[in-house]
Amino acid sequence: MSETLLSVRDLRVAFPTRQGVFEAVRGVSFDLGRERLGVVGESGSGKSMTGRAILGLVRPPGKVTADRLTLDGQSILNLPERKMRAIRGSHISMVMQDPKFSLNPVVKIGDQIMEAYRLHAGRGSGNARDKALEMLAAVQIRDPERVMDAYPHEVSGGMGQRIMIAMMLAPDPEILIADEPTSALDVSVRTEVLNIMDRLVRDRGMGLIFISHDLNLVAQFCDRVLIMYAGRIVETIEAKNLHNARHPYTQGLLNSLPRLDQPVKHLPVLERQDSWRDAPLIDESMETELPGGL
Amino acid sequence: MLTVEGLDVWFGYPPDRVDAVQDASFTVAQGESFGLVGESGSGKSTILRAIAGLIDTWSGRIVVDDQQVEGRRRDRAFHKTVQMVFQDPYASLHPRHSVDRVLSETLKLQGMDDIDRRVQRLLDDVGLGRGFRFRYPHQLSGGQRQRVAIARALAAEPRLLLLDEPTSALDVSVQAEILNLMTDLRAEHGLTYVMVSHDLAVVGHMCDRLAVMQGGRIVEVMKVEDLRQGAASEAYTKSLIEASAGYVRA
Repeated sequence: MSETLLSVRDLRVAFPTRQGVFEAVRGVSFDLGRERLGVVGESGSGKSMTGRAILGLVRPPGKVTADRLTLDGQSILNLPERKMRAIRGSHISMVMQDPKFSLNPVVKIGDQIMEAYRLHAGRGSGNARDKALEMLAAVQIRDPERVMDAYPHEVSGGMGQRIMIAMMLAPDPEILIADEPTSALDVSVRTEVLNIMDRLVRDRGMGLIFISHDLNLVAQFCDRVLIMYAGRIVETIEAKNLHNARHPYTQGLLNSLPRLDQPVKHLPVLERQDSWRDAPLIDESMETELPGGL
Repeated sequence: MLTVEGLDVWFGYPPDRVDAVQDASFTVAQGESFGLVGESGSGKSTILRAIAGLIDTWSGRIVVDDQQVEGRRRDRAFHKTVQMVFQDPYASLHPRHSVDRVLSETLKLQGMDDIDRRVQRLLDDVGLGRGFRFRYPHQLSGGQRQRVAIARALAAEPRLLLLDEPTSALDVSVQAEILNLMTDLRAEHGLTYVMVSHDLAVVGHMCDRLAVMQGGRIVEVMKVEDLRQGAASEAYTKSLIEASAGYVRA
């Protein structure tokens, strides 16, 4: 693996509830290099919460603790809001799941992108407009001039998601956390959006955390995959080997997908086991002679 | 069971009129499971909504069970024959009505008797135990809510179910459970399905035949066997099958 951009050790996110403390993330550890790292799991497995915790977006009363949470060697764990704001966007950016809730409904799209760019890059406004148009074109929006002057409700969901990606990429972040960036998109648009992110990793050496529930997509798009269950990583595996995963949870998820090439009358249903909650991590590299990376 | 002929659906007035569906025709036989696939905005959900009577700006012919329907008017017999399951189980249940109330109200509206026993039967049918009867939607998971929505649709004992992306808001493991449930219900009750989905694999699993839509038009009606073999005759269908096979690094 290339140099480490982000290092996470024993990350925990806890929320106090009336029934006691609920741990949404229970001891997550990984290193991110200049690579495409996939994080998969079902809803409630803590994958989105891991992304939010890295960016310091867990709101009180939620509490984030970790043995280590470093960006380029600097700790970013529980930084004061003012310092965190300097990191968000320019160093680590996040594309959220739902563009409908992430764009300001009463501000024109162009103004939102230019604001993001100006805040983080601190450059002139003429430049910002050009950059915004360029980013919109880069995410395959056909008529960027028109979209610049449109409000979020005037564009489709797929377009909104591409606009979000354009906005997040405008300040050239080192790390992009993409939380289900393509689940609202059609397959044809999805390929375009993935190509954009792929190019950024390849050409600019960006680190990408790709959170998704789509196992096939992650297997094809990412380099390495973390599989999360009940707030923990249960297995890490090279993406190309995902279909040979050994954890019964990963296997269960893969088997529950309908397949065009293998018709069955009934799909196998995942039988959850309590032991998965605390079973040790299955990691390929542990069995090789020279354990590398995590 | 269902015939759609020359269906046009539009929204708004000129010059802003949008033609959402243009000249769509297909038939679904009794007991068949028919899929509608296409990208968002291709008009697949709009067709379902026109059939269900949720849209009145359409022209053409919709015949359900030998009865032609007009505009938005649907009689009692129609709703006894046709029911719909919506995409988002979080939005399609009343947040302050318990499962019991959702189901018994539907049963009352359908003029059923012996409601207590029927509610229990419906819950058994969709694999929800007794413990769920007096819960509210916020106490249920996404998959459980979709089971309630299916139970509500079954309450009228329909013969045609219109399914609008019934599993796209669910995790794959829960999706498998719901798809299995719908397969079983179809076999037990002899139901006819019209299912809208953007997921070719789901349609391939559930349906016998499917129509591929693009820009409001049906570009191809094909058998699922042809879909499996990638034997599409239209270029658009081919590109859709290729794109849904996954991501190939450029």
